[in-house]
Amino acid sequence: MTAELVRGQNHPLSQVHLEVRISAGAPIVAGATIGDERGKVHGVEWVAHPGAPTLPGLEVSRQAAADHRLAVDLGAMPDSVHRVSVLLALPSGVGGPVHFGAVAAPFVAVTGLDGTEVASYTITGLEAESAVVALELYRRQDAWKVRAIGQGYAGGLAELLADQGLPEARSLADTINEAVSRAHSRSVAPPPPRTPDSDRTRRTASPAPAQSASPYTAQGPQDTPAPGTSDQAPSVVQGGQGGPAPAQPSSPYGAEGAQNTPAQAGRPDVSPPAGRAGEAAPPGTSTTGGPVDYSHPGRRTAAPPPAPPTAPPARPGQPARPVAGDATGWSMDERLYNQVWGMFEDLARTVAAYRSAVDFADSRLEQEIDRALADPRNRLGGPGDGAREAARAKHSQLVDQARAALDRDLAQLIAEAEVVEPALPLAYARWDSPVWHGYRVPMEMPMALRLGDLRLPESVALNIPMLVRLPLERGLWIDSGGESLDGSVVDSGELRRLAMDTAVTHAARLLAVHPAGEFAVHVIDPAGAGALSLAPLVRAGVLAGPPAAGAAGVADVLGRLTQRVDLVQMALRAGAADSLPPDLDTAQQLLIVNDFPHGFDDRAVTRLRYLADEGPAVGVHLMMVADREDAAAYGPLLDPLWRSLMRLTPVPDDHLADPWVGHAWTYEPLAVPHGSQVLQQVLDQVAAARRSWNR
Amino acid sequence: MVDVSKGGTPGGSVNLTKGQGINLQKSDGGTLTAVRMGLGWQAAPRRGLFGSRTREIDLDASAVLFADKQPVDVVFFRHLVSDDGSVRHTGDNLVGGVGQGGDDEAILVDLPRVPVHIDQIVFTVNSFTGQTFQEVQNAFCRLVDEANGDELARYTLDGGGQYTAQIMAKVHRVGAGWRMTALGTPANGRTFQDLMPAILPHL
Repeated sequence: MTAELVRGQNHPLSQVHLEVRISAGAPIVAGATIGDERGKVHGVEWVAHPGAPTLPGLEVSRQAAADHRLAVDLGAMPDSVHRVSVLLALPSGVGGPVHFGAVAAPFVAVTGLDGTEVASYTITGLEAESAVVALELYRRQDAWKVRAIGQGYAGGLAELLADQGLPEARSLADTINEAVSRAHSRSVAPPPPRTPDSDRTRRTASPAPAQSASPYTAQGPQDTPAPGTSDQAPSVVQGGQGGPAPAQPSSPYGAEGAQNTPAQAGRPDVSPPAGRAGEAAPPGTSTTGGPVDYSHPGRRTAAPPPAPPTAPPARPGQPARPVAGDATGWSMDERLYNQVWGMFEDLARTVAAYRSAVDFADSRLEQEIDRALADPRNRLGGPGDGAREAARAKHSQLVDQARAALDRDLAQLIAEAEVVEPALPLAYARWDSPVWHGYRVPMEMPMALRLGDLRLPESVALNIPMLVRLPLERGLWIDSGGESLDGSVVDSGELRRLAMDTAVTHAARLLAVHPAGEFAVHVIDPAGAGALSLAPLVRAGVLAGPPAAGAAGVADVLGRLTQRVDLVQMALRAGAADSLPPDLDTAQQLLIVNDFPHGFDDRAVTRLRYLADEGPAVGVHLMMVADREDAAAYGPLLDPLWRSLMRLTPVPDDHLADPWVGHAWTYEPLAVPHGSQVLQQVLDQVAAARRSWNR
Repeated sequence: MVDVSKGGTPGGSVNLTKGQGINLQKSDGGTLTAVRMGLGWQAAPRRGLFGSRTREIDLDASAVLFADKQPVDVVFFRHLVSDDGSVRHTGDNLVGGVGQGGDDEAILVDLPRVPVHIDQIVFTVNSFTGQTFQEVQNAFCRLVDEANGDELARYTLDGGGQYTAQIMAKVHRVGAGWRMTALGTPANGRTFQDLMPAILPHL
């Protein structure tokens, strides 16, 4: 059982072999000091830090990282040691954040060697401090205990060490910073990539992201292997999951120092120093971090769902009362996702059963009537009528039975939807859900996003949330052409406006579910036709820049995004993700294009297609708001572009098929309730979070 | 799971003979909700120069769903779940068992969810790789109550002859419940399509 400590609280430790797991939103330095029974640290040799990582019974990482595991063996501590203080500090002089107020609250957990948590502590309330004593392990009557400390120091490491009674505090702090910046040229491990798979492994290990650099940090000589080279690549694949870490602090350019620099390029084949274990990953192949890529290259979790939940399809006689989250998964997020997909499949199949029964009844009726009519004697009155009556009776009996079975299943699915819908988290919830009123900018990207609702004509009362995995793997196309399903006359100007409104709500939702600074939205609106719809985004100031207008604006935005895709691809291929320019925005990018192909010349069209093809893999996504007819002049040349995008409509439309039986589902986008301010409020919070994050 | 390697009939299982039928009811009289049709086989060792060498034999289990004698859906290795979701194939096994005697392929039927118009489900076995049943040994098909793992019925494909397929059994509606009848008719064909003419007389 994990004890979640608050500041000052202590907890007994029953084991002596422990790990202290630390995770923060940005690379930090972790160290430890050992003190005597009065807490005094007698000298530099009583401090474990990146420059001198091992002490008896204690080992710390040699580099700054967002995640640390410190190995602790309390049994190996000399008898004179009564206290082990675990300290964290932000590395100085590497261009990262300079105070803890700018990063996510560090999370510290004491775990057994098997990863089971004994105690954990989230260090909240830090502001201007740049070093903090996270917790201490101390001896009390021959037993060890842990206490949450959370004492921060605005003066940094030097002040912290001085406070522990170390005379050489200043010079030791310099030594540590130098060691860190040397190691920095090799790697700064960002928070682990958030592929669905790694998400799972991470969650099994501990609730904190404790995966990235840890297996490597404790091995090798002075020059540790650079897990960042393989670990970091996926973070860019995913389009900069760099956590709240600002602007890629892993630039190698700032800090070569005296260090030999091979690892900087991340190529294990360039004269690696001896002892470079764990560098087996061929550059550019790893997508999940670590030397072996276990992910199936062809099996990306896209629109067809990952394995539907394994809950038995049987719904025996008296169905159990439905429960939200009743599906497999490591987190509630994942369980609800799987449950929704399970409901989706159940509805698809139930309706398939109903339709096939009715089809069969119809065709049998037709055959039987034909047979009855085949005999001329039966055409008039008598036995012919009887046969027809009988056939009709059989037909309606079968249809009634089928309808009863459908109603039974629908009732159960509706009951399930009634408990699931209110339990859905932000990213899956409708705009009228109360969770949006308590909106706070999340710390983690969710697993999936709700793009709308799906329903079948047989079950208008039952809306299935349409959830797609994040990061998006296909661009979106909000169709501003065509006509609505119910044929209601929507004039084309109105439809275009609706399409743009829909695009804006999708974009707002994407912005809202991503942590601050992890999602950037660009807009191309060549003629300014979407200005009214875009107003909420512009007013809140959540766009990366003002909507680009005119041919020059189009060329500029496309040029920048193309360059980004190209750079990141090059870096990935070379296995040198950390050699990207420091000003490269690692956030995922969304480009909204209104009025295509207005304002596009051939060169711009080619660039757009390049972004559509190559962008998703490196975190650049496309949202086209367009009427295909407008681009008719291109003939079939653009067909592959349209096909590569997921078509969504601003009004209900039955164009989406499920992956099991291929019913045509009616898609309806999520609408913000009339008169509701929720969108504006959410966007204001996003903007505020972004401002404080940029600070 | 029951040990079936010796062809024994553990528990209350009925060892069926050709043409014999059983009602699919629980021993306590309740109706079954889910049954599994399991298929197991081993390649027979060949006599000859390398007597110990066995060849891989790919038998495929299929289930054909009939409504009033018209086939409406098929569950087999290329279509693992019936459109309505009530019949599921657990996946293709290309080589058969290596002697453990467990099910090598299985088809799960969720009886209450079978669409109302489906009144018969016929289970077949085909030799996809073309060997005749002479080269197969210890082949069996059995029906298991999926809820508790009890074996309800077992049918052994012995007397292997010069044929490449067998129509094993059918599960059909009787009143409000279901009944299984062992068919055991030999036939020839690579997949279930080839067997359709042979199946129809049994409906």
